[in-house]
Amino acid sequence: MAYKNYILVCGGTGCESAKADDIYKSLLSAVEANGLESDCQVVKTGCFGFCEKGPIVKVLPDEAFYVEVKPSDAEEIVKENIIKGRLVERLLYKEDPNSAAKKDADEIKFYQKQVRVVLRNCGMIDPENIDEYIARDGYGALEKVLFDMTPDDIINELKVSGLRGRGGAGFPTWMKWNFSKGVEADQKYIVCNADEGDPGAYMDRSTLEGDPHSVLEAMAIAGRAVGASLGLIYIRAEYPLAIHRLEVAMKQAREYGLLGKNILDSGFDFDIEIRLGAGAFVCGEETALLSSIEGNRGMPWPKPPFPAVKGLWGKPTVINNVETFANIPVIILKGGKWFSSIGTEKSSGTKVFALTGKIANSGLVEVPMGTTLREIVYDIGGGIKGGKAFKAVQTGGPSGGMLTTEFLDTPVDFDTLVAAGSMMGSGGMIVMDEDDCIIDVAKFYQEFCVEESCGKCSPCRIGTRKLYDILEKISQGKGQMSDLEKMEEIGSAMKKAALCGLGQTAPNPILSSIKNFRHEYISHIENGKCEAGKCKHLVTFTILEDKCIGCTLCARKCPVNCIAGDKKVPHVIDQSKCIKCGACYESCKFGAIVKR
Amino acid sequence: MGKMTLEELRNLRNSAKKEMNKRDTEGKDIEIIIGMGTCGIAAGAKETLAAFMKKLEENNISNVIVRQTGCMGLCYVEPTVEIKAPGMPNTIYGKVDAEVAAKIVVDHIVNKQLVSNHIFDRPAADIIK
Repeated sequence: MAYKNYILVCGGTGCESAKADDIYKSLLSAVEANGLESDCQVVKTGCFGFCEKGPIVKVLPDEAFYVEVKPSDAEEIVKENIIKGRLVERLLYKEDPNSAAKKDADEIKFYQKQVRVVLRNCGMIDPENIDEYIARDGYGALEKVLFDMTPDDIINELKVSGLRGRGGAGFPTWMKWNFSKGVEADQKYIVCNADEGDPGAYMDRSTLEGDPHSVLEAMAIAGRAVGASLGLIYIRAEYPLAIHRLEVAMKQAREYGLLGKNILDSGFDFDIEIRLGAGAFVCGEETALLSSIEGNRGMPWPKPPFPAVKGLWGKPTVINNVETFANIPVIILKGGKWFSSIGTEKSSGTKVFALTGKIANSGLVEVPMGTTLREIVYDIGGGIKGGKAFKAVQTGGPSGGMLTTEFLDTPVDFDTLVAAGSMMGSGGMIVMDEDDCIIDVAKFYQEFCVEESCGKCSPCRIGTRKLYDILEKISQGKGQMSDLEKMEEIGSAMKKAALCGLGQTAPNPILSSIKNFRHEYISHIENGKCEAGKCKHLVTFTILEDKCIGCTLCARKCPVNCIAGDKKVPHVIDQSKCIKCGACYESCKFGAIVKR
Repeated sequence: MGKMTLEELRNLRNSAKKEMNKRDTEGKDIEIIIGMGTCGIAAGAKETLAAFMKKLEENNISNVIVRQTGCMGLCYVEPTVEIKAPGMPNTIYGKVDAEVAAKIVVDHIVNKQLVSNHIFDRPAADIIK
């Protein structure tokens, strides 16, 4: 069957929740209604990354890139673009309302600095059709390792590539594999860590949803390299679409004999099973993850021995993150040398970031290591939403740190971020603007860590709680300058003494913000002021008598009825009843309410 | 399909690649643009398009994008087809039926020779000049 047009519809979770599935069905029926079934194929594919403007629909070979598509647009896309060959102008992306519409993705700034290695197939193939993956050289790397490479060759290729684990810590992948390979055991395991838990991060979910076979293939390659015959994917139950796509992919791979016994008659056996996690953040830590797979409470155990030597049920276990795995088939096919030519000297390749927060173009972006924060935030992300001022960017979620404007020109890689007091983490990147209060944000992350701490070791269990209590005190204006030292003391103790990565990195947002935003802590403590107006104990809303025209809008919006005043007469807020929700401030059209 | 051998996997990849290749516009430098306005379709542009696809596949030509467009304004010689290829002038052909389409693929695209008795100018461009 020869199709001449393709309509690709995003099938990622983000776009699905914005009715992408209805768009897909509407396109199918529009194609059918116009008798184009044999000419035009509608494909549900993975995330295109430009989530801000989703749902995305792409028409090939015209390369027309339609944004914010609604199910009702399907008929027009088919009638205009497919039948008449004319672009549907109104659905094309515009950088700003007055600029010319951009026809294809290459013209959009969001994509220009991106290099797609991990996301090579996302938005290109139908993730539920193994033939499309195979057509993009899928399972070619498995073929190569089974017939043309020895396990040592595989590990050596990874060594040349310089690939480091994408889960956060950046441990060289080849070393992990080499440790496992070197241990004699009757059974070894390959585990894929898909327990992505940082607030705001969704790189791994999108990779699994858009290109599940790349992870399956890489796990089989790992199995070949270290001598394991079983792989386990530990994924959180909150990712139903990713789980579904994985299940479909595994079934198809088994049918083709690309998983199972005697793969491609090579004598190599490898199969994969899924283990569902209940969504505890600590289970993203490798030893806690293994405890959870074993059926125990998700709690870490002390290292060494490392899982690569003694892991699941005491057997050598290679644990890699989804993104790490997704890189591997390409490295095998194109060579480690090719991979190491991308990125920086000590951090090769690319990194996928989930860009969220107060950014104009939130979405999934993949850039070479060493790209600066400025390029990511301004060139790709389009700067801050609503033209506000940039304040900070948090990399690495609750384990990372807050970076200020002075770090904007820092090239992003594993080592520079650690040097700057943050970390790569799995790749969440949350952008904050002038309206965000640093203490409030630090409190949010600390609260998260308090809830997610498993409680096994006291530095983490008690430390996170203590840090949170001090932050709460400061946000109420009851802090003292000695609290800053106390937090630094507790934080550095946790860094040294906590059992696992969760506790060791939990103080990072606080420590980095004390360093980079000390003045903001001081203003909370000494002046009792929250400049951003987020800490409600430190804010008072007052109505300016000369500006208020008595429209009564604020009084009607106030949820606790604490604003009094007659029509056309200036209103007054009863401060004793005010809950500082800010509803009046946001509703006033005359700028008569001030926040101090 | 059941369990595959190495050879079967390679065959599947090669055949699937041809289909997938059509989605990729990178590295494709020749364009065939077919007028698919009402006039074009009435005159048989759909058959023409099918003939192009068939002939391209027969000759294993992969660097060609086949697009469609609306009426080119040459309704009296429909179906009309514009070919853009490096080293060749942009050419509009008229009265392109399946047979002529096949000839265009062989002569114009493969052998870089114009199919002279079917060339028509683009009238609007002439007038603007």
